[in-house]
Amino acid sequence: MTNPAITLCRLDDLPDGDSRGFDPYASGRDSVLVVRQAENVYAYQNACPHVNRSPLAWQKNRYLNAARDRIVCNGHGAEFDIATGICTLGPCQGERLAGLPLTVSDTGEVQLA
Amino acid sequence: MNITGLEALVFGVDDVAACSQYLRDYGLDAVGANTQGGRFESLDGSCVVIAHKDDATLPPALGTASMLRKTIYGVADTQALEAIATELGKDRPVRRLPDGSIESSDDMGFTLGFQVSTKRAIKLAAETVNAPGSSLHRKPNHVAVDENAVIKPRSLSHVVYFVPDTAKAEAFYVQRLGFKCTDRLLGAGPFLRPAGAQEHHCLFMLQTPPFMKGVEHFTFHLGGPTELMQAGTRFVNKGYESFWGPGRHKFGSNWFWYFNSPLACHVEYDADMDLHDDSWVAREAPMNADNSQLFLFQQRDKWAPGPPPPGSPGVAPKH
Repeated sequence: MTNPAITLCRLDDLPDGDSRGFDPYASGRDSVLVVRQAENVYAYQNACPHVNRSPLAWQKNRYLNAARDRIVCNGHGAEFDIATGICTLGPCQGERLAGLPLTVSDTGEVQLA
Repeated sequence: MNITGLEALVFGVDDVAACSQYLRDYGLDAVGANTQGGRFESLDGSCVVIAHKDDATLPPALGTASMLRKTIYGVADTQALEAIATELGKDRPVRRLPDGSIESSDDMGFTLGFQVSTKRAIKLAAETVNAPGSSLHRKPNHVAVDENAVIKPRSLSHVVYFVPDTAKAEAFYVQRLGFKCTDRLLGAGPFLRPAGAQEHHCLFMLQTPPFMKGVEHFTFHLGGPTELMQAGTRFVNKGYESFWGPGRHKFGSNWFWYFNSPLACHVEYDADMDLHDDSWVAREAPMNADNSQLFLFQQRDKWAPGPPPPGSPGVAPKH
């Protein structure tokens, strides 16, 4: 028996080129970050590989740089490729964010597998 | 070398709008700021200055993810300024800027500025507590808690650098600029106090690989622990991301609360730092969680004891 999928939000709720944080396990802090680029949606654990368990946003849902083409850890400015989670600049260069499998259902719901 | 403390930190940032919003919400006053950046001042005029990273007037970037471009120190008078110009001019370029300040660099490649201090004298009460046995207390009928208190950062407190060689970096500040080491976290680095100030540190340095060179955090002083808790709580309630704190450090005794920021470093509120004079003997302790703080708390949503609401699991229906 598999665990039921966890619905984070509807795809329509995610503006193209923007990011959001979610707390699907009711931990009290956002543990998952999601970025949408056109029809692609990427999910990562909200934890920088540099400092143990440290969250990335500088404010609720604010995970991206000004050009909206990198995920940024706003602890020390590390930048991550949105599609792969690989750190391209900063203290954890070469390491990567922990990706989370994500699906968009037929009815448009963004779900953690 | 009568350096009196930090006057300004200059950043070349990626997202000017985000940084402007952040620094305002942190409590600094925007002075002449616009969409290109500007100056964000605390009560005594010490400040953070931001501009877009491509602004050609900025000193060069450090070549890492760090956005810090310049650290500006104050000195007491022009004599002290000239003494620094002469000292640093022995082995490195010293530029004279139109505003009368001088610009050079440290041994790690951080751009430094020095100016006759432009900080304003401020006269504000510190937080006062009532305690049995103490003659220092609030007047009768003076209520401590004010939910609507205006809380403003008072003064730029300290900056923390990531440097690839703390021994070499410390030697520069001590031997060339007259800083004193007040305490040392072994395996991390020294806390440094300039000769013209008594606060435990205005510069702390952490040993890191060269690709991390930059700023770990900066912070402004608040009026006391309650202001720190209250300002930090307000910041959290505006959606800002707590990184570490609130808590109280051991070395320096300062209360702390660190937050993420779009300036590619942490930004802290601090309060109640120790003062020292030249009779102080530096302590040493290994860098670890126990030595870096007396205690640590974590913010949580407001809660009060009481019965669970009707209909909650485990609550028997009324008959």
